[in-house]
Amino acid sequence: MAIENLKCKECGATYDLGAHFACENCFGPLEVAYDYSDLDPAETKRKIQAGSQGIWRYADFLPFEGRPGDPLEPGLTPLLRADRLAERLGTEAEIWIKNDAANPTHSFKDRVVAVAVAKAQELGFETVACASTGNLANAVAAHAAAAGLESYVFVPANLEEQKLLATGVYGTNLVGVRGNYDDVNRLCTQLAETRPWAFVNVNLRPYYAEGSKTLAYETAEQLGWELPDRVVCPIASGSLFTKVGRGFQEWLDIGLVEGEQPVFNGAQAEGCSPVATAFAEGWDVCKPQRPDTIAKSLAIGDPADGPYAVEQARRTGGGIDSVTDAEIRDAISLLAETTGIFTETAGGVTVGVLKKLAERGELAAGERVVVYITGEGLKTLDATRDRFRMHEIDPVLSSFESEFTQEVTV
Amino acid sequence: MPVTVKIPTQLRAATGGEAEIEVSGSTVGEVLDAVFEAHGGLRERITQDGDLRRFVNVYVSGEDIRFQQGLETQIDDGAEVTILPAVAGG
Repeated sequence: MAIENLKCKECGATYDLGAHFACENCFGPLEVAYDYSDLDPAETKRKIQAGSQGIWRYADFLPFEGRPGDPLEPGLTPLLRADRLAERLGTEAEIWIKNDAANPTHSFKDRVVAVAVAKAQELGFETVACASTGNLANAVAAHAAAAGLESYVFVPANLEEQKLLATGVYGTNLVGVRGNYDDVNRLCTQLAETRPWAFVNVNLRPYYAEGSKTLAYETAEQLGWELPDRVVCPIASGSLFTKVGRGFQEWLDIGLVEGEQPVFNGAQAEGCSPVATAFAEGWDVCKPQRPDTIAKSLAIGDPADGPYAVEQARRTGGGIDSVTDAEIRDAISLLAETTGIFTETAGGVTVGVLKKLAERGELAAGERVVVYITGEGLKTLDATRDRFRMHEIDPVLSSFESEFTQEVTV
Repeated sequence: MPVTVKIPTQLRAATGGEAEIEVSGSTVGEVLDAVFEAHGGLRERITQDGDLRRFVNVYVSGEDIRFQQGLETQIDDGAEVTILPAVAGG
């Protein structure tokens, strides 16, 4: 097995394995190409099972010349059966929650950043950087600190305070840009031309994005080397959504799993739904939007992989739905109350779409559905404010008993 | 009117290495036509059947032209037109 080159997803032109991300012929995105022809499935499976307790157990499927390493190795997050959630949704489908908040900086971004930072070191970079809606900022700052690299993290200046604090603490150069994420992204694309930095999601994006495949590998491994029937996955740029698909496809191709691609259901917030809109309208491009939603980690108005996400949803017989801010808040509570998992707003979007699928009767009895929870609720505390009442009492029994009289006597 | 067009790294092989081009035009479409006149190799790289390719973003003074009038977007005096790949971020 070896990585071969970078290949344009649009026109197929190939490039060397350097810090490139866009095709010179057509501007299409570059993707890492591998040669898996000498991989023996049985031996590969044994090697994975004997590997590390994180994403490096899948190193054969990641874009490195040598063996990657990272002191903050993410991955092997819990995959939990959520029967009470299924019951509340009134579905007889088997619902599984992949809780990717259980990563070093509490989101799936640790996967892509671990890969990008290791690749940056392999390519000889001394500074890493990113354009972020928050979770990526946390991860880049932390993994750079762990690797002893300098870092620059660019975010919209109006980001949630929790995400700013959980970035600055690592000693990064935190830059708040007065604009939305798409402004930040444009600025970073321009900066990447002049600074000798590894922008994980700009000039290193082809490698970075490969890290998301590990979510697919883990899902299959944790289901006993089987694929789910359906996945529900949030969409911001569309990279996670499409790379989970690529991960499943690679394992199907080499024979590590059998069957066919799951149905892919994408989830967006109504206040930033360029991909859901393109799906609904039958477009093959996404019309950019100006985001206005509490799901800031999904607030990308101009999604780079949007067209491919639309294609994947169509190809697998799935769809892309959007939910309102109110539905996001309700879904955060629903997940917490039925599974004990507290997710950030992106997870509210995903569970909100799962609820819609259940209500529309799209989930078949016995169907195995994996729902990707990509981030931690403590990062977006405002979304849960004023949704419950605390019982405040004096420290005496009578005060407690008068507060809870009704509950006791009823 | 004179306009500065910023050329991204990926396209500089077609401009002889130039990162900025001075042309004139009153809309984005006219400006791009002037750019193609000067550097013929750029036309097929960023357009297809008369439209921008789907992974090409064009900004006028920092504002995405898809939020304006697309190729019909008017260019003010001294404006800067920036061409960038749309495949970053997320």
